[in-house]
Amino acid sequence: MSERLKSVGLDLGTTTTQMVLSELTVENRASGFAVPQMEIVDRRILYQSPVHFTPLLDGQRMDAQALRRILEAEYANAGIRREDVDTGAVIVTGETSRKENAQAVLEALSDLAGDFVVAAAGPDLESVLAAKGAEAPERSEALGKDVLHMDIGGGTSNLALLREGQVLRTGCLNVGGRLVKLDPHGTVTYVSEVLEGICDLKPGQKVTQEQLEPLAGTLVRVLEMAAGRRPPADLLEKLATREARTVWEPPGEAVISFSGGVADCIEQDRPWLAFGDLGPVLGRAIRRSRLCGGDYVLGRQTIRATVIGAGCHSAQLSGSTVFCQNVPLPLKNVPVVRIHGWQDIRQKLGDREEPAVLALEGQKAPSYAQVVAMAEGLLRELRGQVLICLEQDMAKALGQALAARLPPSARILCIDRIRVDEGSYLDIGAPVGQALPVVIKTLVFGRQNAARRCL
Amino acid sequence: MNKEELTAMVARILADMDHQPLAKGGDYRPTAPQPEKKTGDHEPGDFVPDVTDLDLRRLYLVEDPAQGEAFQKLKLRTPARLGCGRAGARYRTLTMLRFRADHAAAQDAVFSQVSPDFASRNGMTEVRTQCRDKDEYLTRPDKGRRFDEENQAKIRAAVSGNPVVQLVVGDGLSSAAIEANAMDCLDAIREGLQVRGINPGTPIFVRYCRVGAGDAVGDVTGCQLVCVLVGERPGLVTDKSMSAYLTYRPRTGVSESSRTVVSNIHAQGTPAVEAGAHIAGLIETILKKQVSGVGLHLEEGA
Repeated sequence: MSERLKSVGLDLGTTTTQMVLSELTVENRASGFAVPQMEIVDRRILYQSPVHFTPLLDGQRMDAQALRRILEAEYANAGIRREDVDTGAVIVTGETSRKENAQAVLEALSDLAGDFVVAAAGPDLESVLAAKGAEAPERSEALGKDVLHMDIGGGTSNLALLREGQVLRTGCLNVGGRLVKLDPHGTVTYVSEVLEGICDLKPGQKVTQEQLEPLAGTLVRVLEMAAGRRPPADLLEKLATREARTVWEPPGEAVISFSGGVADCIEQDRPWLAFGDLGPVLGRAIRRSRLCGGDYVLGRQTIRATVIGAGCHSAQLSGSTVFCQNVPLPLKNVPVVRIHGWQDIRQKLGDREEPAVLALEGQKAPSYAQVVAMAEGLLRELRGQVLICLEQDMAKALGQALAARLPPSARILCIDRIRVDEGSYLDIGAPVGQALPVVIKTLVFGRQNAARRCL
Repeated sequence: MNKEELTAMVARILADMDHQPLAKGGDYRPTAPQPEKKTGDHEPGDFVPDVTDLDLRRLYLVEDPAQGEAFQKLKLRTPARLGCGRAGARYRTLTMLRFRADHAAAQDAVFSQVSPDFASRNGMTEVRTQCRDKDEYLTRPDKGRRFDEENQAKIRAAVSGNPVVQLVVGDGLSSAAIEANAMDCLDAIREGLQVRGINPGTPIFVRYCRVGAGDAVGDVTGCQLVCVLVGERPGLVTDKSMSAYLTYRPRTGVSESSRTVVSNIHAQGTPAVEAGAHIAGLIETILKKQVSGVGLHLEEGA
């Protein structure tokens, strides 16, 4: 007995906009004689849109109306209606400046995107999705070696270090193919502000391929530093994106895996003006660099890695014994507050009015008395609805213990087998079997906005 | 090489040879994790280190592995005795001892008794099937499903009226499983039923209990549903695994296919409290659909 979920991924990138429709198959992997254990057993891509250039109003802002038309057409091509979509993610990726009107754009698209809309971006999430879309985790397992995945797009390069199928850490650099744009005659039309002090190209200047090579060389050196193949220098810090949550720490020995639009220019020689940007020159520079000097692979997906990650890998399933009473699903953009003791609840929730999910480790195979103690501890501090996310398998027992101590009208949601960190946001979908699909997000729009978008 | 160097080398070789073991195998180098040895003098009556303290999922004993780390990672997913290494054609001592210890624990779980005060300590009435002792219980499964007049009267006295749900805890083939899990699971079931507005009734404890004893309890109490928590036949992985058998309209002679089973309730499987919460939900479903076992599967699948 299996259920299918339709999942849409939308990637609004610095350069390109893409859509992917996929189908996730969920099955109970436990025997008929045990507690159910729902798992995503298959991810199948049903439809991939062509790669569109992201429509812009000017150099900085996305054109919401043009995006809308693209998406309407792609939904029609894919043969789906938005009501059919169960989950997925819309992510705005790439250069920061483009994100200025990202939220407005997402709001303009919200009726198209429907219930599943995930106004999410943020370099940490992008890196994870790109790596998963390129199947870098599988590579790390198959090779038995660490894999450093680099998704080199138009505005940014997203880094993820993988070991044995798990993401160890992520990072993001302002290195991309469209930091410089050119017209068909080789005249510079745009130079990104992140290149200030790094190159002296100016819009209007006519350049040759050779004149772009020093800049490509500089950018590649930064990638080499990030990959641990060159000692780090100031430049690495200068080109790190400010939104990344942690400072990137170059790995030791690792196989490098590439995706993103520029990855397509590494092994294939393209005319230098093929895309009107730095991409082909940068790709060639990467091929000649230390990045390709050792072990390297191209991702299973290159330019589509991020959108496929968003479409196929953004949703995960909770444990199959969970508790939900009077909480309308789906829940959207609920902030996560991680607590380690009861006093944390009062301290961190304070007088916050909007709902938050409390994330706890929980206990492994707790006794009934421990479950009751936890329920009572929570209820001493909590007012209003109770939203709990645990790592250990105990959500149904805890939810039930909470329900027994609250009026029947109380709103209670307890899920487990999910690890989330402080500062993340959760989308929780309607049940599949007895499990709930969960999308963990890191928002880039800042807390204020995110809180307003809740529920 | 001059004369001094040659002399020094010969001296070194001779010194090395002194340390060669006299017999093959005499050079014992433990490469596997060893149970912690007590330091200091051993007193008479001290215990030897407990080999069953080691976590099998982390015990990787192969020497000079090509991909030890990857194998170790796989091992975390199964309690199977893999990657044990070998001594010649045989198990290593540690593997051998652990195997025998686990086997002994499994046998003990079958032959040991749930403690005499288990029922009274947990506020339950204790009854016993027609078996007189453990030996008869093991050799006469039929007797483990029936009660004599005296015990039937005891059940009638313990359970008032005609309950909707009758909860039964039975020792089954593992007393250890019941001691470890039954009460946590039972408490979670009771709480779950109360939350759902179902009266959990008065649970009873049955000694020398087979699953079918629940049918006899149904005959006596006239309950609509019986839920028997019973110790599973122990294996080498755990001796503490418990199952719950739920039967709608339990009466002597009902078909085995009418039972809904939740198995593998133990700390490494489904935690007892979480299983209890799940079972409470199942009880609600069974009462609503008025069917259990294969019939319920078919209805849910339809």
